[in-house]
Amino acid sequence: IYLFTYFFFLLLYIAFMLFIVFDNAGQFFSSGHTNNWAVLVCTSRFWFNYRHVANTLSVYRSVKRLGIPDSHIVLMLADDMACNHRNPKPATVFSHKNMELNVYGDDVEVDYRGYEVTVENFLRVLTGRLPPSTPRSKRLLSDDRSNILIYLTGHGGNGFLKFQDSEEISNVELADAFEQMWQKRRYNELLFIIDTCQGASMYERFYSPNLMALASSQVGEDSLSHQPDLAIGVHLMDRYTFYLLEFLEDIHPASKTNMNDLFKVCPKSQCVSTPGHRTDLFLRDPGSVLITDFFGSVRKVEITMETINLTDPINPVNGELQIRKYSYVDQLPVSEIIHQKPKQKDWHPPDGFILGLWTLILLVFFKLYGMKHLKHIF
Amino acid sequence: CATGINMQAAHWLAPRMTRQCGNDFQEELVIRPLHSGDIYASFQFRTVWETDFMRGNKVSHYRLFPKSLGQVISKFSVRELHISFTQGYWRTMQWGQPFQPSPPGAELWVWFQDSVTDVDGTWKELTNVLSGIFCASLNFIDSTNTVQPSASFKPLGIGNETDHRFLRYATLPREIVCTENLTPWKKLLPCGSKAGLAVLLKSEKLFHSSFHSQAVHIRPVCQDWQCKTTSWELRQTLNVVFDLHNSAQGKREWSLFKMFSRTLTEACPLASSSKIYIDITDNPQGEQFEVSPATPLLSQAVVLGDRRTFSVYDLTQQITFGTVRSLNLLIRWKSSEGDMLRPLLHAERYVAGYGLQTGEIHTLMYNNHPYRSFPVLLLDSVPWYLRLYIHTLTVTSKGKDNKPSYIHYQPSKDRLRPHLLEMLVQLPPNSVTEVTVQFERALLKWTEYTPDPNHGFYVGSSVISSLVPSIVAMDTNSTRERPLFSSFFPCKEESSYFVRVYTEPLLVNLPTPDFSMPYNVICLTCTVVAVGYGSLYNLLTRSFQIEEPSPGLAKRIANIIRKMRGVPPL
Repeated sequence: IYLFTYFFFLLLYIAFMLFIVFDNAGQFFSSGHTNNWAVLVCTSRFWFNYRHVANTLSVYRSVKRLGIPDSHIVLMLADDMACNHRNPKPATVFSHKNMELNVYGDDVEVDYRGYEVTVENFLRVLTGRLPPSTPRSKRLLSDDRSNILIYLTGHGGNGFLKFQDSEEISNVELADAFEQMWQKRRYNELLFIIDTCQGASMYERFYSPNLMALASSQVGEDSLSHQPDLAIGVHLMDRYTFYLLEFLEDIHPASKTNMNDLFKVCPKSQCVSTPGHRTDLFLRDPGSVLITDFFGSVRKVEITMETINLTDPINPVNGELQIRKYSYVDQLPVSEIIHQKPKQKDWHPPDGFILGLWTLILLVFFKLYGMKHLKHIF
Repeated sequence: CATGINMQAAHWLAPRMTRQCGNDFQEELVIRPLHSGDIYASFQFRTVWETDFMRGNKVSHYRLFPKSLGQVISKFSVRELHISFTQGYWRTMQWGQPFQPSPPGAELWVWFQDSVTDVDGTWKELTNVLSGIFCASLNFIDSTNTVQPSASFKPLGIGNETDHRFLRYATLPREIVCTENLTPWKKLLPCGSKAGLAVLLKSEKLFHSSFHSQAVHIRPVCQDWQCKTTSWELRQTLNVVFDLHNSAQGKREWSLFKMFSRTLTEACPLASSSKIYIDITDNPQGEQFEVSPATPLLSQAVVLGDRRTFSVYDLTQQITFGTVRSLNLLIRWKSSEGDMLRPLLHAERYVAGYGLQTGEIHTLMYNNHPYRSFPVLLLDSVPWYLRLYIHTLTVTSKGKDNKPSYIHYQPSKDRLRPHLLEMLVQLPPNSVTEVTVQFERALLKWTEYTPDPNHGFYVGSSVISSLVPSIVAMDTNSTRERPLFSSFFPCKEESSYFVRVYTEPLLVNLPTPDFSMPYNVICLTCTVVAVGYGSLYNLLTRSFQIEEPSPGLAKRIANIIRKMRGVPPL
């Protein structure tokens, strides 16, 4: 009996340990992503659209705080509000009235700004088809194990989003861009958040797998702004993003909140519009998807005790010592400039050449035919 | 290279970093009170590295010199690189001359090495890479705003050949400067923004100013007085002018805390020298303003043609910070008399004319020297959509025609390259020289307009380079130890100093179409076509038939009865 009970407890203990191990392993492999990216776009220009820049910057701030580094964030702001001459407090963008929270901060890197925020550049960033000389900070270098967060804000309508008051992107184009991304395996899972009027129309046409979408309002409804600040003179934020920011401020890198809580952000009583979401294309159950899967970048670190030998630095080879003496160049060499002959690109005949040529022709003519024709000319 | 220097050690015990492994970093801050009550602060950070990026050897070990810039230099075979981002316009008449001049917006000029075969292609790639490094839209620099000056912008570093085929110059007057440009700029410093003078660089205060300019200058310099070998110098400069009413609430009392909302606690441990200079030339006996805490160190330097006296605070000495371990310089005014030395060279530019078809650009250059005349080189780069009529170019001084001794004009090509006008003009003493040229505005294609075309289109600043006669003898010995701010422009002769003045950029309105017209036209045309075509079709194909009116109810019943009876209907 002694042996039996001992065996029983041993079995229980093993089963318990296996359960824990498998649960941790399950968690390790359940999300399937190894890196996080974020593409945050504000599409509106002009000072009265201050709130759209504040929206984008507050999501940028949360995403940075939760661990995604600047090198993995593509931030596109269509206009500059912080250093705009109408801003009474330069280098700041506030999200709460009475200037409580400066979402611009001191450490911000905007990748696309001003006139660079166009539909073409946005689609090129998503699909990766950028010119070869584009720097790394402007590229979305995601792979098939990346979770990407895409946030768009601006003015929109039924089926389109307006870029900078001059062009628009339609929901069909967006869905096709995501399909291109899927075909090229540029994402593992993608979360799409849009805060515009009639935002739900933008995700109606999605057809690629592993996409989850949230919008601030349904088709036919307008997304409203939250509160104006009388010192700055414009509305500071949109309602949906304001409550989204409030929700995200409670998230820390180790929190276990899942997507179902995100869907409950900003009910109709607070938002006036009805936020919508779409999860039918997503393979996992939204209840098992953590917020930090998209907003944070919780990296799995492996600690090793081995030593790694680095190679010696390449010593610069000392070339032969140059005997000639260097000196500074004269900044304004007047005499040199005056006597500088400008390079002539096109060759023109020297002066008087044409005149001489005509004289020669006339002389030959009169030599051949006699001088009596001369009086016909003059 | 020596490693293992413990930077966490107490500052008065840590060994000062002298020239180790050929790397040297110096930082300084110059504060100059201006006569209008504003205050001018200029940060200079200089990293010198004794290495050779050319000659094919791979440089792999970077210490103080930032790796991103080192890779740019070696990949694009850059001989000199000067880039500046400026917000605001420098008012020469009120503030004097700046230590490093810069035009509003972004300016980039680069000298390439002789080994580069395709300069234009390399230039395009370089601008793209720099736009990523500095978070600015420098990728908008293309052939429509790049020029190749033929006489201006000689290299500021050492070198023997100056073939202008390897020089490119471009400005973006519309470029906005904000924290996102300051953040990567600060990251290039060896100490970042954590220690030394760079802790004062807080964006909320820096951008709330009348003038803000940050620049990066890379050039080869002499290693020693013999000048047989070169080393690379990286200078990062930040010039800011704080306004009396915005930042100081109208009280003429400035302190480090009021200007930057920070005080200093230590020098950068990686710096071999870290100093603050306060210009007290106008205050020899302390009757205009007083500076506290007082310092016994004084230094004299000849800068911009004038001998100035400075109070020096050496941050590498622990005694500077006193017992409170922090330095907050205070400058308090007692009286506000005295006038400023009038700058000898000053320039203005404006657009004259009316309407949206033609106009005239006027550039005025002032020579305020009472009896000396000196030559200036004027560089004008006008975009192609302002079609200059060069036959209307006039240069007049004191009412008389002033013929330039050198003119280089390159006409523009539509959508390909801008106008380039370079002239060497001799300015007579105590006079105003006016350069006028007429232009005509072009009509752009409707896709070429920016999203906000009614704002206007910018024309970059004119650049005026000149050797101005100096009151005091300039120091031509380039290897003597001098403060950084006085050694920016190389000096070859004692009697004059080199100065570069930028004019205002111009904002011109181009004839802007009504962008809703395509929609209006389509609607109107479709309506007219539908109505017109519909009517025409009806007229042509409609045929008329006579139809009897349907009889009333009684008659119909009667007809039915008659049909039943077999009698013809009514």
